[in-house]
Amino acid sequence: MNLITRIREARFWPMLWKEFIQMRRDRLTFAVMTGLPAIQLVLFGYAIQTDVRHLKTVVLDESRTAESRALVAVMINTGNFDLVGAVADRTAMRDAIESGAASAALVIPPDYERNIKRGKTAEAQIIVDAADPQSSSSAIAGAQLAALARGATIIAGRYRAPPPIDMRVRPWYNPEQRSAVFIVPGVIGILLTLTMTLITSTAIVRERERGTLEQLIVTPIGKPSLMLGKLVPFALVGYVQMTVVMALGVLIFRIPTVGSVPLLYLLTVPFIVASLGVGLLISTIARNQVQAMQFGFFFMLPNILLSGYVFPRVAMPLPAQWVGLLLPLTYYLNILRGILLKGTGIAQLWRPTLALTVFAVVLFAVSVRRFSKTIE
Amino acid sequence: MTAEAVVTEGLQKVFQGGLVAVDHLDLTIHRGEVFGLLGPNGSGKTTTIRMLCGLLTPTAGRATVVGHDVERESELIRTKIGYMSQRYGLYDDLTVYENLRFYATVYGLHGRLRAERLEKHMDEIGLSPLRTQLAGTLSGGWKQRLALACATAHEPEMLFLDEPTAGVDPAARRAFWKSIYELAAHGTTILVTTHYMDEAERCQRLAFLSRGHLIGLGTVQEILAQFKQPTIEDVFIELQRRDEGAAA
Ligand SMILES: Nc1ncnc2c1ncn2[C@@H]1O[C@H](COP(=O)(O)OP(=O)(O)OP(=O)(O)O)[C@@H](O)[C@H]1O
Ligand SMILES: [Mg+2]
Repeated sequence: MNLITRIREARFWPMLWKEFIQMRRDRLTFAVMTGLPAIQLVLFGYAIQTDVRHLKTVVLDESRTAESRALVAVMINTGNFDLVGAVADRTAMRDAIESGAASAALVIPPDYERNIKRGKTAEAQIIVDAADPQSSSSAIAGAQLAALARGATIIAGRYRAPPPIDMRVRPWYNPEQRSAVFIVPGVIGILLTLTMTLITSTAIVRERERGTLEQLIVTPIGKPSLMLGKLVPFALVGYVQMTVVMALGVLIFRIPTVGSVPLLYLLTVPFIVASLGVGLLISTIARNQVQAMQFGFFFMLPNILLSGYVFPRVAMPLPAQWVGLLLPLTYYLNILRGILLKGTGIAQLWRPTLALTVFAVVLFAVSVRRFSKTIE
Repeated sequence: MTAEAVVTEGLQKVFQGGLVAVDHLDLTIHRGEVFGLLGPNGSGKTTTIRMLCGLLTPTAGRATVVGHDVERESELIRTKIGYMSQRYGLYDDLTVYENLRFYATVYGLHGRLRAERLEKHMDEIGLSPLRTQLAGTLSGGWKQRLALACATAHEPEMLFLDEPTAGVDPAARRAFWKSIYELAAHGTTILVTTHYMDEAERCQRLAFLSRGHLIGLGTVQEILAQFKQPTIEDVFIELQRRDEGAAA
């Protein structure tokens, strides 16, 4: 038998073929695999905006002077506030905020310019609808910074000297600081984790539960073909999911893909292998599909919370950071964000790559051994 | 080709926790025989079959199936045997044809040979009209026929059938036994377990198991004569009573 015939007649192919048919027919699996990326993207791309910019803003300018107009211009320039109109008095301002027509108001009292001219402290107010502290905090911080800068400019003018310090913050990689840019690469990582661990383990447990695994073992299929035939389809699905999410990210959320996409696909291999190892491991522990699901969700939880997917790891207490180090996703997120947002190359990514490779080898070896024993 | 289809010597299986499911079993099954394995629930029938199919490793003793050692040559044995488990092992979410095609391919059938073999099987057992139906929606009788077709698509030398007719109506059972005799007529050795005594009487030779050990062996006539009972059912009940008495 020549090599081509051997490859074509490998017992791995019928497994692959069967697995894809089953995947397509199982509504739950299909929904989780296709609906979940959509939901996650919409949820995290649109709904959860940690960086609400362009707050609709009304101005109550009782000073009506060059100085007060300069302050309005400075605030608008931060990009945090969009001028939607001027109001005549405090009642009108309150109405605008309460009705939702505006979520911020800039109030400049009548003596604003006069106080500046006299060398006194001039007061101005920004009122922000802070019902959602997450979204208002960055606007508030932006306003404070803008006011400080404006103050420095005025003082500099007064002493006819350049400002003593000129601190310019340059947010690299995500200059507009949009959360979608941060989240969408994470969605890829979370989705792959879900498919490789939860979906894969339930598929294997189902096979054992229904007695078809026993049937398979008495066929001449052999363990490598059996396992590969069972796992490879999910790896392929993972690559499709990844590609779709990336495409949507670029088209809808304008995610920069600065780095090498082929490199990303390559470095995804150890992550997928490691995650499949976890899935296989779950399948050897769980007694039925429900248990496999529960183990799967249990594993997802730290991945969502501690990997740096939504919450930055640097802001976590140390023990939480340590737990994060035990999750393959933590390293994979570094790779994802590094390549997609920063254009990082393999030279800078060798650490997470090495970590993932170690995870892949250890997890896969352990789970394959356990799996072999359960089908004794 | 060696003469015997199955030879076991002192075959034993002890499960974790110390339960002796099969105890020093000495058994020989001849080529082309329809051999019945009888015994009450939990007597070790399934465990014996699993050891012979290479699903379980024997704790002690040795066994050969179609001339090959079950522990050292299980890969080889697998290409030559068919196994129909108590649970049939069908994929509920694949159609009748997809199930057959899957198992045939796993057993190494390809191309024209596979297509011909599948059509022949589907026609013979009358599954053709149901080819696009999901296996999970088949009635018990059809499931059983499909499972048999899946287990025999590669025309094995030896067939293990573990309670193939449980939960199947009398007409389907009769049809099933007709298929079994046809397979035997073509030289296939068949080991079948059953709880139906009329089926037991259709076997050429019988073995009785109780709590893991062999308590009776021979043709139907030999067994009736040996235990001085009118029917196999009486033998079954008598043997079980004796064995329980011995245990007490
Ligand atoms: N994997 C296992 N681990 C532990 N004990 C087992 C295992 N499989 C079977 N047993 C026990 O071994 C004994 C023999 O079981 P077996 O399934 O071989 O009986 P059987 O003759 O096929 O019964 P039935 O007629 O109900 O199918 C039983 O007591 C059973 O509980
Ligand atoms: Mg049984």
